[in-house]
Amino acid sequence: MNPRWLFLSLLFAAALSVGGALVSGALPLALGDVWQGLLGQGEAVQVVRELRLPRVLAAFACGGLLSLAGVLLQSLLRNPLADPYILGVSGGAAVGALAAMLLGAGLLAEQGTSLGGALLAILVVFGLGFRHGERNLYRLLLTGVVLSAGCGALVSLLLTLAQAEQVKGMLFWLMGDLSQPQGLGAAWLVLFAVSVAATLAAGGLDVLAGGRDKAAALGLAVGRWQAALYFAAALLTVAALQLGGSIGFVGLLVPHAIRLLGVTAHRWLIPCAVLLGGSFLVLADMLARTLWSPLQLPVGIFTALLGVPVLLWLLGRRA
Amino acid sequence: MRLEACNLTVSIGGKTVCRDLSFAVQPGQCWGVLGQNGAGKSTLLRTLAGLYAPDAGEVRCGEAAISAMPRRDLAQQLGVLLQNEGGEFWGTVQDYVLLGRFPHRRALFGYSAEDEAIAQQALAAMELTALAQRPLNQLSGGERQRASIAQLLAQQAHCLLLDEPLQHLDLRHQAQVMKLLSGLQERAVLMVLHDLLWAQRNCDHLLLLFPDGRALTGPAAELLTREHLETLYQCRLREVAVEGERCFLPGV
Repeated sequence: MNPRWLFLSLLFAAALSVGGALVSGALPLALGDVWQGLLGQGEAVQVVRELRLPRVLAAFACGGLLSLAGVLLQSLLRNPLADPYILGVSGGAAVGALAAMLLGAGLLAEQGTSLGGALLAILVVFGLGFRHGERNLYRLLLTGVVLSAGCGALVSLLLTLAQAEQVKGMLFWLMGDLSQPQGLGAAWLVLFAVSVAATLAAGGLDVLAGGRDKAAALGLAVGRWQAALYFAAALLTVAALQLGGSIGFVGLLVPHAIRLLGVTAHRWLIPCAVLLGGSFLVLADMLARTLWSPLQLPVGIFTALLGVPVLLWLLGRRA
Repeated sequence: MRLEACNLTVSIGGKTVCRDLSFAVQPGQCWGVLGQNGAGKSTLLRTLAGLYAPDAGEVRCGEAAISAMPRRDLAQQLGVLLQNEGGEFWGTVQDYVLLGRFPHRRALFGYSAEDEAIAQQALAAMELTALAQRPLNQLSGGERQRASIAQLLAQQAHCLLLDEPLQHLDLRHQAQVMKLLSGLQERAVLMVLHDLLWAQRNCDHLLLLFPDGRALTGPAAELLTREHLETLYQCRLREVAVEGERCFLPGV
């Protein structure tokens, strides 16, 4: 597919999904009401401005962050199965968040400990994985996978120790939930800054995908690029985790969906992935909060339920 | 621009590839590197390309030591064809060949029309124009090899290092690639080869890497003898002449 057309279609899809998500909810609104509400007039001001808009913005940013992190990690690890959580960042964050929930600490403490856990995981993986220079990506990957496994065991332990009424909150965090987004402004800033930087660095990312020695032979300072990619991906993941817990599947699915549509050059892949990831999560979150309304479901369920058939269809079409 | 190895000592995994080796590939020369499997030919080539650190000595490209050159400056002067790239490139053949222009790229975003034209010429030279829009990972081994060579041509470097440029190529394309490489003007070329026929036809100088870490350099006419080659490959060879051209066949 022509990348320009895909980009424009996705821009349109993003507007459509945001509009749809603002209109639908426990209290259905007409498009005109939403518009009035956004402008600060009419009866729906509170619903639109204080409830729906922050949540839609959080969903979009979260989807964009995760997709971009997926693109960068797949480029760094040259592994099509890499997703934002493969290097243990979400494991560290989960242990932090769940430990705070178990101790009954407030939301603020929970945010703090999950951020602390994520940063600790980032430093451990970077410290061990890059210890002998940038030569061995397997070491980095394996360190991340091992750390994730350890965090998984700790999460299981915390779930077992928790009171019955605490478990539900913990499961929501683990499955991804956008009802209490934190740091929305910071998340959008991170998304914008890294998207622009990554798009400008797209030529280098293309070269890096050709292999380490090839990239070096074509004039790329590979070690520095790998470290920068790792930290950029970690930063994106941390921002996404703060917004919505560990929402699975977006970071894996979205980059591949764009590639399967025939757009592989990073200068188009990156903006398209951000737009598709954002729209996709807005849509999934809309379903999560309206399908069993007033009951709200974890959005992670819908990213998988929507994403799996789409990706299977794209894979089948190719074959 | 010449490529020079100065007192180079290289080892890998405890095995010495070469000791105190010095030679210079002048512009217009074509050097062949011969040796057994595992003799360290690729390691030596990677060292010359600045992708592997020598134990001692240095490599010079023009007047500067390559270890002191910024990667991008080096890539504008020196191009490498690797035997095994180990990458996962998702794009088309054309995108792949265009990467050869990366060291020369001036635009912040994308490539200039001039870069695209150079990539098109390289594609045409390797008879890949019809495959330009195909995903690279759908190509056959030989087609992929030609795409790698096209990328190297697009780089337009003054010094070329090629690790088994003929691998996977059929006879016609072997001849085509060798003709193209020897037709390049004022380039310093060094290539790892296994086919003695091409070494004889196209290389004016040879570097023989013996299994014990000894190396011999010199004009091809002097080094391409049955005695040297039997020591080099540690097997008996038979020398025959076909229409005035010497051929070496493995003996029994």
